[in-house]
Amino acid sequence: MGLLDAGITRHNMLVTSVDNVLNWARLSSLWPMGFGLACCAIEMMATNASNYDLERFGIFPRSSPRQSDLMIVAGTVTMKMAERVVRLYEQMPEPRYVLSMGSCSNCGGPYWEHGYHVLKGVDRIIPVDVYVPGCPPRPESLIGGLMKVQELIRMEQIGISREDALKKLAEKNVDPRLIIEQERKVATA
Amino acid sequence: MEEGKVFSQSLQESAAAYSIIHEKFGEAISPLDANETMPFFEVVDTLRWTEIALFMREHPKLKFNYLACLSGVDYPAQQKVGIVCNFESLALLNHKLSVKVKCDRDGGSIPSVACVWHTANWHEREAYDMFGMTFTGHPELKRILCPDDWEGYPLRKDYKVQEKYHGIKVPY
Repeated sequence: MGLLDAGITRHNMLVTSVDNVLNWARLSSLWPMGFGLACCAIEMMATNASNYDLERFGIFPRSSPRQSDLMIVAGTVTMKMAERVVRLYEQMPEPRYVLSMGSCSNCGGPYWEHGYHVLKGVDRIIPVDVYVPGCPPRPESLIGGLMKVQELIRMEQIGISREDALKKLAEKNVDPRLIIEQERKVATA
Repeated sequence: MEEGKVFSQSLQESAAAYSIIHEKFGEAISPLDANETMPFFEVVDTLRWTEIALFMREHPKLKFNYLACLSGVDYPAQQKVGIVCNFESLALLNHKLSVKVKCDRDGGSIPSVACVWHTANWHEREAYDMFGMTFTGHPELKRILCPDDWEGYPLRKDYKVQEKYHGIKVPY
């Protein structure tokens, strides 16, 4: 539920909770750190560009970890890169979010068995909030993942931990199949 | 070359180039393996490899000015590791020839040709990184792809990945 959906009447006054305002502000300007590690980064760049236009969600890549809210781990994390990724993550100000994009950063992907140089999942070194499967994921999937991050932010409250917010998100899980089914029915009619 | 067999133009050129090298170095190099895909000879006297390389580059009838590739190979059955170098004479004589050099698997070394072709600098570092042979006379022999403190040589047939790297679990 967005803030504007509530409707602003009576002399532009709006009564809402602090949580609501803070969450709305944060989820409407999720700034990811502008870095990519492999082919997923190409897909991420395509998502940033005009066809998919992430800027309509207020998502706009920053060139410094100190200005970023979100880290999109787009691509294969090598053992050599792993320590750098940790350092970049630590340089980001809290609250920070991590989106693991694609099979490689989820679990090692095609390198899981013989890729001696590949970290088998970025969650071995930093906490991951949202995983986007695919090799590489299409822009639609990445946008889906980013909207999941937004949903997570909506679940947050002052004084509750990230774990609790994730739990709340899991409880409010929407089954996409029902929505798809409904959309299909409307489309044929 | 065997009699009565028809060889392609390029193979004949490679054989001609080989005979010039053979004339000079004799027993230091093996007979030519005259196959159509990659005609090659092996350096038997490994210590003379740099000298052979310089001769191949400088001789007016050889002029191998281009090291197209230098790859490492593991021969576990012979307890050896080696390199395969593909040479071409680019825009000059347009012939090609390949050379194999081998050394012991444990602590073996091959003379460096980085002073002859600069291409060899990084290629030899890669071969060292992946197979573990050293190159004597190389200006900066250290790992090129793996981290400097990596254990083992990943492309050896009996390679087993290390359990941990800087406290991070490596195997799946």
